[in-house]
Amino acid sequence: MIRLTLRQFRTGAIIGCAALAALALVITLTGPHLAEVNDAFQRACRAVGDCQTAPNPVFTEYPQLQVLLPVIGIITPALLGLFFGAPLIASELESGTYRLAWTQSVTRRRWLATKLAVVGLAAVALTGLLIWMLDWWAGPLDAVKQDRFSPGVFSWHGVAPIGYTLFAFALGVAAGVLARRTVPAMAITLVGFVAARLAVENWMRPNFAVPVHRSFSLLTTGFGSLQLSAPSGTYSLTAPPVVIRNAWVLSTALVDRANRALTGKEFIRICSGYAHLGGEPPTPAQIMSIHAACVRKLSLTYHTVASFQPGSRFWPFQWLEMGVFIVAALALGGLAYWGLRRRFT
Amino acid sequence: MTAVIEAAGLGKRYGQNWALSECSLAIPSGKVVGLVGPNGAGKTTFLHLAVGLLQPTSGSMRVLGARPGASPAQLARIGFVAQDAPVYAGMSVRDHLRLGAWMNPTWDTELAADRVAGLGLDPNQKAGRLSGGQRAQLALTLAVAKRPELLVLDEPIASLDPLARREFLQDLMQVVVEQAATVIFSSHLVSDLERVCDYLIVLVGSRVRVAGDIEDLVATHYRLTGPRRDRGRLPGDQQVIVEDHTDRQSTFVVRTSAQVLDPSWTVERMGLEDLVLAYMARAAADARRPKLAEAR
Repeated sequence: MIRLTLRQFRTGAIIGCAALAALALVITLTGPHLAEVNDAFQRACRAVGDCQTAPNPVFTEYPQLQVLLPVIGIITPALLGLFFGAPLIASELESGTYRLAWTQSVTRRRWLATKLAVVGLAAVALTGLLIWMLDWWAGPLDAVKQDRFSPGVFSWHGVAPIGYTLFAFALGVAAGVLARRTVPAMAITLVGFVAARLAVENWMRPNFAVPVHRSFSLLTTGFGSLQLSAPSGTYSLTAPPVVIRNAWVLSTALVDRANRALTGKEFIRICSGYAHLGGEPPTPAQIMSIHAACVRKLSLTYHTVASFQPGSRFWPFQWLEMGVFIVAALALGGLAYWGLRRRFT
Repeated sequence: MTAVIEAAGLGKRYGQNWALSECSLAIPSGKVVGLVGPNGAGKTTFLHLAVGLLQPTSGSMRVLGARPGASPAQLARIGFVAQDAPVYAGMSVRDHLRLGAWMNPTWDTELAADRVAGLGLDPNQKAGRLSGGQRAQLALTLAVAKRPELLVLDEPIASLDPLARREFLQDLMQVVVEQAATVIFSSHLVSDLERVCDYLIVLVGSRVRVAGDIEDLVATHYRLTGPRRDRGRLPGDQQVIVEDHTDRQSTFVVRTSAQVLDPSWTVERMGLEDLVLAYMARAAADARRPKLAEAR
């Protein structure tokens, strides 16, 4: 049964390995150069004593790859679900060959288990190797940016992509069993996978652990931005962004010592300078002085508070995220087995 | 004589519709069994139940003394060629033989190779490029090389042209002789079955209408034609299958093990095809009757 599965899976395996090999080539050709550029910059900036503000040339190396490789890392699990998972059973149901397969001397349970194990493992291996290569390639960039925890980077690093792959694969298989056709199964897989990823990223991952809060003086962060909606005359404040190394900042707010948020009205009361502008368009110098006065006055009562997941939680979150998706994948595998039993017995 | 297939009250329902109902029969071993009936009669359902692709909704079925599809050992004893002879289009003929060897402990490598050579199939040919007849032969080879005790074929020749059809049947007969297996195959054409079968099951409207040795069936069915007469006035040992009346004349198809002695009848023996048609007509009449009663 394993040999039949391998034979049936041959084309997919060849394509997958060829794509991986092509990427490996690109990565080994460009990766060392990226590291060299960064090392050279670090040596130079340390000599001058300014590594914070000097522009690091590593960000302008291979600008296309810096966009393309993360995209590949993010969509690979979905592709494996679409092209390894969805057709796995659906194509047999669609072409009627399940009647051939299930009347050989192998029980249906073993047939399904073998297919899931062989192709599922191959999908995991492909993703694992890819992510490992991408991690290595992006190493210098990650070291400089220190934003590995942000959602756009988190999802193509570490072990979470293994979970995504297993989930997408199992989703494809289950959709194939229930839809009995490859193309609808692919559509279901794509929609389901994107929905699951977004749901976990926006609603589950931020709450894997209680966020940490940290306060910042307004003198360092500024007050963010103020918007006046003309008809109603109300003001809405957007709190300033803060940067915390390696952390995932979930939200920021302007609050006083009693943790009350700054309102638009209160803002206008304290920073009355803006309201008195009127008439002549102000000069930049005027604006700067009003602005500085405003921040100074606000900072007496208000500060910026950031809610974030610290960088030390990166790996626990990676494992948790992988676990969540693997549990869902197992449930979908069970659903596929149940569907085969129910609809074809 | 032991039964290869025993069914008792066997039924299979899809939603509200019974694809097969109240099927009870015992098919003796060593026969070539024809399963005949119009399209949609439940032939495929019956065969899929026999090979374990389906589980019955009601009743029970034992094939070679065990529940169909229950274990690898049970699966190994039955060879099956599904309708339209499904094969993996992207895999070569040789790949299919390997598949058979990998998945069946009782696989006869030599037999499979000999058959493929004898049929003139190119082992490197992709199965998706075979003609309908070649594909059916390949599927039969897969089923036969398992060395099954029971060979089940679902409409194996329906899609073949007359020449391929004859070749397939000749080949099948050779297999039957060589392997001494019981064969059951379905068709909606009686003429296919007549040449090769010695046991017949007529399945119409999800029910088994008649089952038995073809010799016995032909020997016990008569068409009686004569002056108009009510069916109640026929002797009790004559089971009426269908009747047809004009103003003056009556025609009955009856089943009886006794001889028909009444001199007022013109008695005709019936061919297999007429016999099957009579049972189909009876099934159609049965299906109409309840509706007429409702209409009144």
